[in-house]
Amino acid sequence: MGEMEQMKKEAEALKTQIEAARKAVHDTDMASAAAGVAPAPQVQLKTRKTLKGHLAKIYAMHWSTDNRLMVSASQDGKLLIWDSHSGNKVNAVPLKSSWVMTCAYAPSGNLVASGGLDNMCTVYNLKTPVIKTVKELDAHTGYLSCARFLSDTEILTSSGDTTCALWDLETGKQKTVFLNHVGDCMCLSLSPDMNSFVSGACDSLAKLWDVRDGQCKQTFQGHTSDINAISFIPSGNAIITGSDDCTCKMYDIRADQEVICYQDAALNSGVTSLALSTSGRLIFAGYDDFNCNIWDSLKGEKVGVLSGHDNRVSCTGVPEDGMCVCTGSWDSFLKIWN
Amino acid sequence: MSGSSNIVAMKKVVQQLRFEANINRVKVSQAAAELQQFCIQNALQDPLLTGVSSSTNPFRTQKVCSFL
Repeated sequence: MGEMEQMKKEAEALKTQIEAARKAVHDTDMASAAAGVAPAPQVQLKTRKTLKGHLAKIYAMHWSTDNRLMVSASQDGKLLIWDSHSGNKVNAVPLKSSWVMTCAYAPSGNLVASGGLDNMCTVYNLKTPVIKTVKELDAHTGYLSCARFLSDTEILTSSGDTTCALWDLETGKQKTVFLNHVGDCMCLSLSPDMNSFVSGACDSLAKLWDVRDGQCKQTFQGHTSDINAISFIPSGNAIITGSDDCTCKMYDIRADQEVICYQDAALNSGVTSLALSTSGRLIFAGYDDFNCNIWDSLKGEKVGVLSGHDNRVSCTGVPEDGMCVCTGSWDSFLKIWN
Repeated sequence: MSGSSNIVAMKKVVQQLRFEANINRVKVSQAAAELQQFCIQNALQDPLLTGVSSSTNPFRTQKVCSFL
């Protein structure tokens, strides 16, 4: 048998082995296991603030760790920094390229980043008298879909070139490149302990990576279309994904498999974004049908909906203190709900 | 040669699958129980679950009373 044939056979055998190992631990699923848990209350949140200022579709938003400031990115070519308590704009950062797809706030509050169809991640210092570009991270060969700071010296990016990368912000170079997806990487989420992250891609797979050594540790399958959104549960042991296949799924990391699927026959719009409440019990998922649906993460039931946008909900975010949820939309507005 | 680069790519696929096949897996029932415990333990500190009272809601526009 040729070497290629032999390897193909081994690959198939390994895939069968993995499926069997997953089945062997599948003694229940999350919803059945949660039968005895009291249902989450029906969640009725009100719009407390509507942030107006962008002149085109909003593509991304990210909360500062101070629970008050947030950054939003729009294809009007601007990043806006908002004081969510007053609703005022604190800063406006003009972008060299208006085709922005992501933005991020550093945990320190000193830096923000943006990127998109320019294939670059640009980092800005908010604390200098005039906002300055401190680095242009240029090495991806595809669009920048998501960026997340680990600190003021390191940032993680995901790209349409199918890779993710960890960058050193002092040198502007990639320290580690994460290679394994076979489709555009669309989203990423850092684990609470910052030692690993998960990525979702157009190959309909989610992958768990070691931040330091670049190893792909686990691969989660089940979705039948692009994964647009991904987030760790605050406990760090499970992840939630949202997909163009109109469902969200929870994958448990230690059981290495899908444990619950959040779907509804009436829902036939793709999921664009998602965020979790601080206990992990509530999932806020933004959809193409202009709504944000609220799911009980343990029982798999819909417990509420945020309606109010006049176009696709493109981004959602819950601040660290969990006091509200923010939705951003192609209608150019951000809304704060609680 | 495209032939040898295919073999290199396939070797990586097999290597990755070997790695993923070797991890330890925990029973779903145990993973579910621990996740439930986490959610329940943190439920009272989850403002979106418990609700935010108007007096402590930083996003509600405060009406200021002033003496004339």
